[in-house]
Amino acid sequence: MKHTGAEILVRLLERQGVDVIAGVPGGSNLPIYHALNKSSIRHVLTRHEQGAGFIAQGIARSTGKVGVCFASSGPGATNLVTAIADAKLDSVPIIAVTGQVAFPMIGTDAFQEVDTYGMTIPITKHNFLVRSAKELLTVVPESFRVALSGRPGPVVIDVPKNVQNESIEFDDWPEPGKADPVESIPVSDADAAKIAGMIRDAKRPVIYAGGGIIHSGASEKLRELAEKNGIPLTWTLMGAGIYPADDPKNLGMLGMHGSRATNIAMREADLLLALGVRFDDRATGDVKRFCENAKIVHVDIDRSEIGKNRKADFFVHADAGVLLDKLVPLVGKNDRAEWLARIGEIRREHPVRLPRNPDSRNPLELIRLIAEIAPEDAIITTDVGQHQMWAAQAYPVKGPRMFLTSGGLGTMGFGFPAAIGAAIANPGKRVICLSGDGSIQMNIQEMATLADLGLDVTVIVMNNEHLGLVRQQQELFYNGTYIASKFVTNPDFAAIARGYHLRGVDLRAEKDPVAALRRSILEAGPWIVDAPIHSAENVFPMVPPGASNEQMIGG
Amino acid sequence: MANLVNTVIALRVKNHPGVMSHITGLFARRNFNLEGILCGPTGDGSESRMFLLVNNDERLDQIVQQVSKLYDIIEIKVEEDYDRTLFLKIEDILSGVKQC
Repeated sequence: MKHTGAEILVRLLERQGVDVIAGVPGGSNLPIYHALNKSSIRHVLTRHEQGAGFIAQGIARSTGKVGVCFASSGPGATNLVTAIADAKLDSVPIIAVTGQVAFPMIGTDAFQEVDTYGMTIPITKHNFLVRSAKELLTVVPESFRVALSGRPGPVVIDVPKNVQNESIEFDDWPEPGKADPVESIPVSDADAAKIAGMIRDAKRPVIYAGGGIIHSGASEKLRELAEKNGIPLTWTLMGAGIYPADDPKNLGMLGMHGSRATNIAMREADLLLALGVRFDDRATGDVKRFCENAKIVHVDIDRSEIGKNRKADFFVHADAGVLLDKLVPLVGKNDRAEWLARIGEIRREHPVRLPRNPDSRNPLELIRLIAEIAPEDAIITTDVGQHQMWAAQAYPVKGPRMFLTSGGLGTMGFGFPAAIGAAIANPGKRVICLSGDGSIQMNIQEMATLADLGLDVTVIVMNNEHLGLVRQQQELFYNGTYIASKFVTNPDFAAIARGYHLRGVDLRAEKDPVAALRRSILEAGPWIVDAPIHSAENVFPMVPPGASNEQMIGG
Repeated sequence: MANLVNTVIALRVKNHPGVMSHITGLFARRNFNLEGILCGPTGDGSESRMFLLVNNDERLDQIVQQVSKLYDIIEIKVEEDYDRTLFLKIEDILSGVKQC
């Protein structure tokens, strides 16, 4: 058979099971778009390439499958960079296919030429510059294998325009690429027995679990371990949803904005089971003083994470789920009454403080209200800032892949397009994007994309007329000297929504704001809600940057 | 001649125009020191051999782990007792003692 590079690319994506691609066309990827005309793949036209990147992420984070996005060369590719870097830091499998100027033009500073390959080396798991149509037959399946295998991550495929147009004869389509089996990194019986022994000998063990549990699909097994041996558990931002919110063994999120009781309990631990985590500075505080009284067992699928930030007393390089499969049967039953009683005592000594202003403009109240209204299977996305930390502290996440947030890169502008992606991949479920008045404006143009698609997405702009987390740090660490953290002008978000033919709700104007909020979460289709909150509220407690986790202020 | 300060990471890699930037880029962005590189294609040119001269310090394990993750690496070995004459000629050329 004979096909062009563009046709081969699109057909290979179909064969991988890709059904939706978000992107923006331009001069250098027009042949690929032309090939999409004859494809079963649905294309979602975004208004900015970064929106397309985060839609791909919303698809990937909510399903575990690869999300795909397209951009043209030059500015198309540079606009994607933030979304790709974000996927790298949070280990999200996306594939970005970028158009490139024709191969003979590379290096001439041609129109819309940028070194996409060089530019994306540090922010991808791997990247390819495709030199011939024939190479696509190996590069595309390989990209899927790389994106999904081991620790997932983003892959860029840069395709020069002449390669897209090149026609070649070939006999067979390659097999679709898939993840290497997790069992290819085996766990020895001896290693599992060693950890079981350390758990048996520990008086005050704590599980510290993160995104690796979600990628591994190991939440249930983790719960078995914690239940069977009475081990309390704390999670990182990337691990939100891995444990039932109402279980007393669930200590909530740890670290910079974790609860006071959690960070204090961690100091008393004598064994730390670190599962699918990377000892990130926002979780550990001063890493040398993190759990300094505990032996550390570290399990991660990425061998380079072990010992990178903190030396482990014992480690296993493996998928967390594979390890748990072997470990759980070896662990004895234990209720750890004494340790759990001590944790109860710490919690009574350091209760979660009530908000400064407990009314409907209080952010924690608002989040509590949203959680009360939201359907059980609602997917939450957040942007980045105070609202994100309040959501992580107070939203009772119901399960894995139900709380999508930009953890490592902390990208404002993530939440809204990620919500569109999650809604595309999860028809029938309500997706709620908790955003801020700063964050929403970083990808506000995607309101047009949402209007195109009419999805069940509710955006709630927690509006404090500030870059709240910046304002908070200026208050706490710069003697209340404020600069560049208050918006002089904020738009009427409800009017903007209406301008994009969406339903906009301004809770200030509603006689019954709670009823209006309820309608905009439960009634089908897209809603944009402007929800005013007190601008002086801070996220507490807070570990000052660089301090150890016990040195919390506030809350 | 053994050298305790430095050590050599010997690599077999897929040979293509981007492989060098993947490796040197990793050293730059992870703030690892790279003291010298010897590199050249082998056999039919589909593979290259690469010798990276690095400090033999507590970061060596992390460097090796990070380099191992790169897609184009076929084989990686740390040669504690590397032959220092490998890099001597380069040092002489760099210091102007010898000509290229």
